[in-house]
Parts: sequence; C-alpha cells; structure tokens
Amino acid sequence: MQSPADASALGMSVDLATVKKIASLARLAVTDGEAEALVPELNNILGFVEQLGNVDVSGVEPMTAVIPNHLRLRQDAVTDGNVREKVLANAPQAEHGFFAVPKVIE
Amino acid sequence: MSDVTNLTVAEIRDGFRAGEFTAREVAEGFNANVAAAKALNAFIVETPEKALAAADAADAARAAGDLKPLSGVPIGMKDLFCTAGVQTTAASHMLEGFVPTYESTVSQKLWDAGAGMLGKLNLDQFAMGSSNETSFFGNVISPWKRGSGDNATLAPGGSSGGSSSAISARLCPAATGTDTGGSIRQPAAFTGIAGIKPTYGRCSRWGVVAFASSLDQAGPMARTVRDNAILLEAMSGFDVKDSTSLDLPVPQWEAGLSGNLKGKKIGIPKEYRVDGMPQEIDALWEQGIAWLKDAGAEIVNVSLPHTEYALPAYYIIAPAEASSNLARYDGVRYGLRDLPDGAGLQDMYAATRAAGFGPEVKRRIMIGTYVLSAGFYDAYYTQAQKVRALIARDFDRAFAECDILLTPTAPSAAFALGEKQADPLAMYLNDVFTVPASLAGLPAMSVPAGLDSQGLPLGLQLIGRALDEQGVLNAALAIEERAAFSARPERWW
Repeated sequence: MQSPADASALGMSVDLATVKKIASLARLAVTDGEAEALVPELNNILGFVEQLGNVDVSGVEPMTAVIPNHLRLRQDAVTDGNVREKVLANAPQAEHGFFAVPKVIE
Repeated sequence: MSDVTNLTVAEIRDGFRAGEFTAREVAEGFNANVAAAKALNAFIVETPEKALAAADAADAARAAGDLKPLSGVPIGMKDLFCTAGVQTTAASHMLEGFVPTYESTVSQKLWDAGAGMLGKLNLDQFAMGSSNETSFFGNVISPWKRGSGDNATLAPGGSSGGSSSAISARLCPAATGTDTGGSIRQPAAFTGIAGIKPTYGRCSRWGVVAFASSLDQAGPMARTVRDNAILLEAMSGFDVKDSTSLDLPVPQWEAGLSGNLKGKKIGIPKEYRVDGMPQEIDALWEQGIAWLKDAGAEIVNVSLPHTEYALPAYYIIAPAEASSNLARYDGVRYGLRDLPDGAGLQDMYAATRAAGFGPEVKRRIMIGTYVLSAGFYDAYYTQAQKVRALIARDFDRAFAECDILLTPTAPSAAFALGEKQADPLAMYLNDVFTVPASLAGLPAMSVPAGLDSQGLPLGLQLIGRALDEQGVLNAALAIEERAAFSARPERWW
C-alpha cells in the first residue's frame, strides 16, 4: 500500500494492460477498441485529479461522515419478510422460488 | 379561467382550496401540456391516469373538508425514484423494464401529502452528467433558445434535466430532483427556475437509485422559492430505512419565509472568481450582492482556500462510490441480463454490464475501480477524503464570519447539445461552483437572477450552514423579490 503522504502513485498513467485489468475487476466486457479508447480518456481524468497531491493534508483525518451523525442500532427483531414473490418479480430468470444463474460448477 | 398551467404550486394549492378551479382541471391542463411536448423528451414514462386519480381524490377530499398540504398539485418525478408499479430506469438500458414493487420514501411522502404524478422524468444515466446527453432514452431538450436567431438545441442541464426542462416549459409546476454534485442547482440555473439541495440527510435516500451515497440528496425544483419551501417540507423527514437520515423535526420553511435580511451577513468567497468566467456572470454576481444589501444584509469577503481542489476530489470520491454502488447490477436479481451462448457466470456479469451501462457510466466505474484498487486506494481515495475534510473546514471557518454564501451557480449559461460531449473534463468543469457544498453536505440553492446577452437564464447560488435551509431560502427569496425574473421560453415545441 502507498502511504498517504506518498504521492508517487499519483502521476502514474494507465496503459492498455491496466485498462483491461480494471475492466476485468469491474466486470465490464470491453473490446480491444474500447479499451484503447479508454486509455487516453482515463489518463486525462487521472491527470486532472493528480493536483490533489499538492495539498498539504498532514494531520488531517479523512472525512467519513458529512454531517455529524451516529449510526443507529435497532432492536434485533424481524420487521420485514414473506415477500418472496416481490423480491423475485424483476429477476431475469427465477425458478422454484430462487434466482437462476448459469451453471457455475461443471 | 386563465391557463392553470401558468400557476405556481402555491397558487394551485390556494386557488384549488378557494374553489377557483377543480383539481381535475389542473391535472387535465398539465396532462395536455405533457402530451404536446414530446419534442422536449422530458418524460420517460407519462402517467396521466395517476395525475387524474390523485386529482379526483383531491376533489373528493375538498368536498369532504379533508385537504392535505399538496392536494390538487400534480408534479413530475425524476426517474431515479422508485415508484411502485411504474417503470423506474435511472435513464439506463440496465433498468429498462424494471418495475419496482416498492415506493421510495420521498415519493411516498409526496403522494401522502396529496400530490399526483404526471410521469417519470428523463435524466442523465444514473444521474451522471451535466447536460442530459447520457440518457439511454435520448437527450432532453431545453425549451430555451438563444435570442440571436441561432436555432441551436440547448442543454437543460443535468442530471435533473427532465425536471428542469419540464418545469420551465410548464409541463409540471414542480418536480423532484436529486443532487450529487450540482444536479438540481445547475439545471435549475440553465432553465430559469429554482431548486434546492437540502442538508445531507434531510431527505431519505431509500428507494432512490444510488449513485454516490455520501453525496446524493433529493430536493425539489420549481419556479419560485416559496414552491421549493412547500415541496421540501413534504419531502423531508426522518426515515428508519436510511441509516444516514437525520432524526430531526422538519421545520416549517414556508411559514418561516422572509426576504428581510437585516442582521444577516452574506459572505462572498473570492475563490469563486475563476479565470475565464464570462463578464456577464461576474456582473450578475455583483448585482446579487447589491440586492442582498438592499434587503438589509451586510456583505463580508470570505475565503474558501481549498475550492480549486473540490472538483478533483469529487471526481475521485463520486466515481469510487459509484463503482461500488453499481456493482449490484449483475444480471441476477433485476434489470438486464446478457447471457452469451455457453457463457458462465463471470462472462454473464461482464456481458450484462457492458450492454447495460452507457459510456459515461462505464468511464466512472472504471475510474472508481482504479482509485479503489490495491496500491492506489490511499494515494487517491484517502487523499481525496482528507481534502474533502479541508473543504468542509473551509466552510466552517467562513460561517464563523457570515451566515450565507453568495456565488454564481454555474460558470456559463446553457450550452448547446454536443458542444462539450467530446471532452468529459470540460463537462465536469460545469460543476465547479456546486460541488464544494455537496462535498460538505451543506444546503444550497439556485435562484433565477437574470438573462445573459443571448436571452438565456442565469442563476445565483446561496449556500448555508448545515440545517439552515431557512437561511438559504430567505436569502434566495430576497434575490427573487428584486430580480423579478419573469422570462419564459417561447413555445416552439
């Protein structure tokens, strides 16, 4: 992991192999042509956000909540349920009360 | 009877109560305007029958003496709010045909308050865009035209472009919007209407298709400040189903409206004078300062030193959250499924997402995935969240010296469709004045303040302390009273 103060990750640019790897992590099928087009587009945007490396953030905690608010806890009680048909109503493929997907084990 | 579709929300509500017209007449008037405005492409789904049903219920309620706050008022619903039984798409192919079995909290509150639905409004796909050119269902067109005789098709702003276009064209008196980095305020400015993004947590996010959860906020859009106050009251309130919902009572913003700013200090942040900003926008800002002085306010100069870093921080944080939120679209539980012949599960995910998302959405998912990936997380995401903390601190310090900030809403008037589409960065720069308040979760509003030399609307932005929607609304009202903005697009559609 890069340390927060280490801006060396900033300033790096992505190449075709990186774009393909990111697309695979994001589960986005891309053609070679699309991946090639994304290289300059992403580098443009990454070049733009790179200026954040110039900000002195020493002693600053990263923001985790915009408005001071505490996460609530609730009673550990059933408040919902018995809505299987509703849950499955928009499934591309539902069978026997389940979501159906292609075979994952040969 | 004069045309009811020229009336504001307050005028419809009060005129209906006074018996000047029926709710059915109002709904029929707006339904007719919606049906005749296909050229604007503001709606993805029209629901005239829903508007009429709510109107008939309102007429019955009036006869029974059982009126609700929005009885008789039909509105448009941005197609990012899930509506039970009515297709909800986020303007994406991914959710084409998705019919929710549940209702978003905000839309439910509006129906409970007596409002009726005219239809689901077009937007930028997954609310990602500033011009409404990323919708799978086609561009929304602004009803405005340049006065120079050039017939360019103009952007209604984005992402709430269906909302802004429809309101300024009198297809609905008010609509919902959502604002992640300016998606209520910038389209409001582009079309000569008003819109407010409340404090983060005021409006429940439950049932709103998620883009960037730490930034997304719902809010109203309408022609007047009063109408915004009325709508916001109906939309706000604590919701156990949203963990970031604020457990606070909803103030009576309409009753609290006052354009008298005696004793208030208005801060002018010098960092918002950006290079290359049109002189007209600077002049309008000066005019706004004079109006607020006239309303009794004292003007003070303040500094928000990290302003220039707001946009780069936003374009790390918002895509990062989007890439995480949009991971849910996998072709399994709802939405599109693309299953190539012989494909396995992983191939199905990738094919589905490639087919279901548009180019801007993919671009942001890619950026988000990259900045969150191992080895880059701290350098990009953590750094951006630290800068975000500094931006919030800037506002805290400024609000030690003033009550409300006044800035332009956008660095230009509406641009033509296609003008900025080739360069994502040029498009992102449109949000330069609206993004900082979003990063800090502060209430902010755009109010129409004048026209540029081409006859196009320009807006001014008011930013307040957290929870001070009243201060924002009141300063906006002071401007509205003095700007007396009455321009409207000439009907060509």
